[in-house]
Amino acid sequence: MEARKKALNQAKLFENVFKVVLGSAALFVGILLPLVIFISLYKESSLAINHFGVINFLTSTDWDPVAEKFGGLVPLMGTFIATFLATLIAAPISIGIAIFLVELSPNKLKPVFSTAIELLAGIPSIIYGMWGLFVMAPLFGEKIEPWLTENFQNVPLVGKLFEGSPTGIDVMTTSLVLSIMIIPFMSSVVKDAFNMVPSIMRESAYALGATKWEVIKQVMIPITASSIAGGLILSVGRALGETMAVTFLAGNVNQIPKSLFDPFTTITVALANQFTEADTAIYLSSLYFLALILFVISFFVLYLSKIMLLRLEKKWKV
Amino acid sequence: MSSSRMEVKNLNFYYAGNKLALKNITLPVYDKKVTALIGPSGCGKTTLLRCFNRMHDLYPGNRYEGEILLDGKNILDKDVDLMELRTKVGMVFQKPTPFPMSIFDNIAYGLKLQGIKNKTELKDRVEEALKNAALWEEVKDRLNQSAFSLSGGQQQRLCIARTIAVKPEVVLFDEPTSALDPISTSKIEELIVELKKDHTIVIVTHNMQQAARVSDYTAFMYLGELIEFDSTDVIFTKPNKKLTEDYISGRFG
Repeated sequence: MEARKKALNQAKLFENVFKVVLGSAALFVGILLPLVIFISLYKESSLAINHFGVINFLTSTDWDPVAEKFGGLVPLMGTFIATFLATLIAAPISIGIAIFLVELSPNKLKPVFSTAIELLAGIPSIIYGMWGLFVMAPLFGEKIEPWLTENFQNVPLVGKLFEGSPTGIDVMTTSLVLSIMIIPFMSSVVKDAFNMVPSIMRESAYALGATKWEVIKQVMIPITASSIAGGLILSVGRALGETMAVTFLAGNVNQIPKSLFDPFTTITVALANQFTEADTAIYLSSLYFLALILFVISFFVLYLSKIMLLRLEKKWKV
Repeated sequence: MSSSRMEVKNLNFYYAGNKLALKNITLPVYDKKVTALIGPSGCGKTTLLRCFNRMHDLYPGNRYEGEILLDGKNILDKDVDLMELRTKVGMVFQKPTPFPMSIFDNIAYGLKLQGIKNKTELKDRVEEALKNAALWEEVKDRLNQSAFSLSGGQQQRLCIARTIAVKPEVVLFDEPTSALDPISTSKIEELIVELKKDHTIVIVTHNMQQAARVSDYTAFMYLGELIEFDSTDVIFTKPNKKLTEDYISGRFG
């Protein structure tokens, strides 16, 4: 009896220690770490923040290390444009892949396709960057972009997008490679959303005489709409922060692109290229400020996507 | 005894992987009557129900043998149009399954699938279906609200309205009250009795009192076989088989 009591006490002690250790690990990673990163970014960028002011920095297109004048508008716009275009390309393809995987592909092939697509997510981004630079960029610069210029240049409104000298190191190639990189994430989130819909939901639509396509379009997609949106936004978060591939393909020119064939820069490109060159305090601090902006945007984007994804779970997890 | 709307003849059903789930079932489904399928879990009653609208065809590898005649035509034939069959044989599920749209659009859904586009006709048919499902008074002022705003019992009556809106000959109920409270349950039961004026009804239920209350005929199934089929009175008062009597009296189940 005594021995059992002792053992129990020991076990209780162990349990408490265990709780404290795991709890503090979660606290550290979940709350302290982001906070520490935020604070250090803020500290490092405070020089630029005080010198230029937040609004001024965000609306200025200057990036002149010699004159020590810095503004974040150009890389910020570049980040938005590349992310927007990549999402625009990736969204319909990802939703299509998810529909195929869940509703259409033969049962035996489902795991094969799923795994293949998820493996794409595991390819290091520098590989995508190299592939983009050595395969896609020449292909686009020499073949596709000249063809687009020739055929669409004179179309009103759209024509402007296809002006300029096609080099392949530009907005178009970057967005396309970026979209390929986020498709695995997007399609896997949308696929999970489809799988979460109870089977009697889709059976009810079939039971009313609906065809497969009608069930997908009128029942599955509306039910999962908030999750699909969440998945898209989650992938936006990934695209925002993607660095290697974009650095290879964007061209690192400090201008807001006017055509799809213009080289440009993004926040991540500016950071990756210029940290080693930043020789003055204000230069370095401006780069930190860019990093802080990206950190804040990514944080809110991911937060938004989590909210949207949780909505569906709430609705169906009874 | 009335005429039969459906005839199940020597039906065998195999789930994917050749698992025999129904063994040589022969059973009439009488016109404008309620037929209850009862039996312990895993006896095949839901499997049988889902043969009537070929729900099993949604999943690959399932296989039927034998015949199910609907108005003299074998619905297990290869050339049967499943979309058309399912408008003749509607189904209500274990849980309410409202679609993510307004109350009105939920009911209009099946009608629109059938190609009814005329606004007045849609409106009339929706109203008729809601009245027949005893839901009209509760929702007539909020037809444009989301169907999710209804209570569980109302949602299930909405699903019944949605099913009968397309005027099916047969309505299948798969444990329609298993997720509902007693008051909602009794409303659904009254509704089922009401519905047999216009429809032939087959209901799967775990609840023997429910079968006794709503049905005219009862089929008792066990391990994939039909043990006994007779009028509900006979099944519940003087069943012919010992196994039926044991189940009815709660000796196993």
